[in-house]
Amino acid sequence: MKSRIDTRKFNCVSRRELLKLAPVVALGAFAIPKLQKPLLRAGLGFSDWASAKLFRSGHLAPTFVDSELTPFNRFPINDYDVDDPEIDFDRWTLTVTGAVQRPGDYTLAQIQALPKVRQNTRHVCVEGWDVIGRFGGVRLSDFLKTIGADPGARFITVECADDYYESLDIATALHPQTLLCYEMYDAPLTREHGAPLRLNIPTKVGYKQAKYLTDLKVTDVLEKVGYWEDQGYAEFYGL
Amino acid sequence: MSTQTIVIENTKTGEVTEAVYEHPFVVRFCHWLNAVSLFVMVGSGLQIFRAFPSFGAKIPQKDLLHWPKAFAIGGWLGGALQWHLTFMWIYIGTGLLYLGYQVFSGNYKQVLFAPRDIPGVWPMIRHYFLFAPKPPVREAYNPLQKHAYTSAVALGVLSVATGFAVWKPVQFSWLAWMMGGFHLARLWHFLIMWAMLALVFGHLVMVVLHGWNNFVSMLTGWKKDPEYISK
Repeated sequence: MKSRIDTRKFNCVSRRELLKLAPVVALGAFAIPKLQKPLLRAGLGFSDWASAKLFRSGHLAPTFVDSELTPFNRFPINDYDVDDPEIDFDRWTLTVTGAVQRPGDYTLAQIQALPKVRQNTRHVCVEGWDVIGRFGGVRLSDFLKTIGADPGARFITVECADDYYESLDIATALHPQTLLCYEMYDAPLTREHGAPLRLNIPTKVGYKQAKYLTDLKVTDVLEKVGYWEDQGYAEFYGL
Repeated sequence: MSTQTIVIENTKTGEVTEAVYEHPFVVRFCHWLNAVSLFVMVGSGLQIFRAFPSFGAKIPQKDLLHWPKAFAIGGWLGGALQWHLTFMWIYIGTGLLYLGYQVFSGNYKQVLFAPRDIPGVWPMIRHYFLFAPKPPVREAYNPLQKHAYTSAVALGVLSVATGFAVWKPVQFSWLAWMMGGFHLARLWHFLIMWAMLALVFGHLVMVVLHGWNNFVSMLTGWKKDPEYISK
């Protein structure tokens, strides 16, 4: 049962079908300079929201046997400014502020008094390379208990000796593999790798794992997110 | 599923042509949406690749190729990631809409490559590449076409799976493990992109060879003077 129509009517039908595709043209909004930035921000924000949803507190990052470790001299040294911000180790303390019961300056010895954890985990850089390293330190969750952090707080922020700064969602901060790290490959952190104290977070991308820590704050509000995040990188970037 | 066919009569000349409604709206909609998002995903993906153009160690780093910035999207790594992490949702959404439609409408039957299509593959290859005579047209899509469009869907699924293994190697550690770990998952993700680009290239060659009416049918759904009309 084939219906017959004339050319004009057929063109009319065709045009109508073509116009139905108009919503695809809406993607052209991404090409408009004024709209591009907010649209991409929204897209990245959605990805961050999904990342936070996908994060599972009890799910551990894969760990590796010693033979799978990347040799220490092939563990890249990444910084945004200087390899060595020339910290005076004798006078160094971690300054704790914010929603905590026991704020103040904590020495490395005080931090090292907490139970020690060692783990062989993968370090993934946003650029795409990855290495497997051996890290030692104390659980950030143990340290947060020590300082009496408000269990309802939303974020941890850190400041670094090289003016780098970062922030961490509380769920990741409390993850059992999130460390205040003072050792790599069973030796004290070298200056280039963030001595005397850095973050080691196997559930996060590399740029979240700040080095040369000097300040730690427990807070509900983020005035700034992180050095790279504030230039357009993802805020959550959980692996 | 019966395909709609109409007869078009030119009122001036009395000439008569047939047209068949070959591509349902959802298929056309997904096709063009996917064309845009695939373009953005490849362009931004190549800019991301530029940040570490290697699949080996970081130290010492041996670059695989230096992709020109002019053929990439995003300008820098952070910008490219914004494009990639935005359009991946459009890409995934389009894929789900397409697959959902194909399954629920039954339209997949005319395009899904099935075991019974295997015998027809070689004669089509001989026709396309070795100038053998064209096998008789018995369906809307020939066995090689079905193979191509089914492969496209498979590559789409694999691109998303490898992408998730690269994006979330911890939360989807089982997925990354299946691909040989994060490091290799990144390589698979890259190789699947090239497989897709090869498919797109072949697709575009065929589009050019099959002429205007065939191209228009992906816009309006209607194909004039079709090779095959369902009874």
